[in-house]
Amino acid sequence: MNPIAFLFRSSIGRKVLMAVTGVVLIGFIIGHLVGNLQIFQHPDHLNGYAQFLHQLGPLLWVARLGVLVCVVLHVWAATVLTLENRAARGAEAYAVAHTLRATLSSRMMRQTGVVVLAFVIYHLAHFTWGVADRSHFKENLAHYTMQSEYRVAGFPVVKAGTEVLDVHSMVILGFQSPVVSLFYIVAVGLLSFHLLHGIESMFQTLGWRSERWAGGLRKIALVFCAAYFFFNLTIPGSVVAGRLKQQSAHLVAVPGR
Amino acid sequence: MSAATTTKNFSVTLRVWRQAGTKQAGRFVEYAAKDLDPNMSFLEMLDVVNDELTLKGDEPIAFAHDCREGICGTCSCTINGKPHGPGKGIATCQLYMRSFREGDLITVEPFRAEAFPVVKDLVTDRSAFDKIQQAGGFITARAGSAPEANAAPVPKPDADLAMDAATCIGCGACVAACKNASAMLFVAAKVSHLGLLPQGQAERDRRVLAMAHTMDELGFGNCTNQYECSAACPKLISHDFIARMNRDYLTASVRSVFKVESASSGGGAG
Repeated sequence: MNPIAFLFRSSIGRKVLMAVTGVVLIGFIIGHLVGNLQIFQHPDHLNGYAQFLHQLGPLLWVARLGVLVCVVLHVWAATVLTLENRAARGAEAYAVAHTLRATLSSRMMRQTGVVVLAFVIYHLAHFTWGVADRSHFKENLAHYTMQSEYRVAGFPVVKAGTEVLDVHSMVILGFQSPVVSLFYIVAVGLLSFHLLHGIESMFQTLGWRSERWAGGLRKIALVFCAAYFFFNLTIPGSVVAGRLKQQSAHLVAVPGR
Repeated sequence: MSAATTTKNFSVTLRVWRQAGTKQAGRFVEYAAKDLDPNMSFLEMLDVVNDELTLKGDEPIAFAHDCREGICGTCSCTINGKPHGPGKGIATCQLYMRSFREGDLITVEPFRAEAFPVVKDLVTDRSAFDKIQQAGGFITARAGSAPEANAAPVPKPDADLAMDAATCIGCGACVAACKNASAMLFVAAKVSHLGLLPQGQAERDRRVLAMAHTMDELGFGNCTNQYECSAACPKLISHDFIARMNRDYLTASVRSVFKVESASSGGGAG
């Protein structure tokens, strides 16, 4: 068998696929969160950052396709493995269900995974495709004029005075609906819960976990998930609590004006 | 399990899975097990119930058993949802009635896995484990008199760890306890027990690949790293062996791609 066949056909191979795509996706969500936290700075930051990403052109598409491939493989492996697991129990299930030590997080992986997938699609419809909340979508808001230049690693990438899409206002206007914000908070909470087992599981699958440091690994996973949830919570949380308001130079952005 | 020995006899109700054969449909039947000595083992209790059933002319409950001292792995059934019943690090034969209380309803089921078909009542066919063993759970060694024990030096920690894996009695509790009926703990124990010793190195890669692939073919599930297996294991074999096997499998599969093979395959002296 060639190594690709190992990954796609064998039980351990598919689990390695789950783990490796999981690592890439965790890397993506960390970067995504760090980028988004710029919302707490001057609108130049988030808007400049969004403009910078769009300027990447083909590179942006390479990154997007990479993430998409990881999502597809992760979901495919999870589905195939789950179907096999169902069949492996046999026709007759246990009359008495009993759990010795499997954590709640580990037993909810399929459910949390499905909700997160649904959330990701909604999130794209909301802020990338603009079909969920058309009136507050960036393309339908007044353009934003950069007041200072935006730098990445010290290099100026977006000049002052550039007309850019007003992502900062879009996010704040989008989160002013408590229902939408609540959905984001719940979904990100479930994602954090998914990662609690996912991170530990990834180490075990790759053979990097042992009882010697399992306690430490668990603590690292807990702290990571709690921090990830907290920082994500701050964005819709601050908007709903009225602490984060639309600050752009064009104070009002009335759609269709 | 309670350490105190009590002497007062008591009664329980058994809810036992009865199934005449692999192809027949099974169902639960309740039996009253009366006047039980708390210090009798679970299997002795089943013997008493079977005596009564036989006297009444009923079919006795079929259950597998052999050594009755926790080293053969034959007496495998699920008691109240846990393979080998309540208690840590024990086989069913080491479970005593003092673990239960007067009036308890005890559900007894066979191990549930597609790869372990029910033969009769609580007896399952676990020959799938033998097939995994035959795929690579051995070393190809010169047959003859036992070699000098110190000819191949083994560091004490390695020997101890290999022994931890070698304590596996192949009972199948790991598969029965696993949410996905995965055999990873069994295979990991068998792979590690030889893979940790110098004698097992020559066939190390071939062994892990062959055993893991046979496991896949037999219809066992996939590990979701929930560690129910090691908690139910009568020998408390650690799931660290699963992580070790995953690592071993990965390196072996990469190495197998670059393996140089002899052009004169099948030849050789003698």
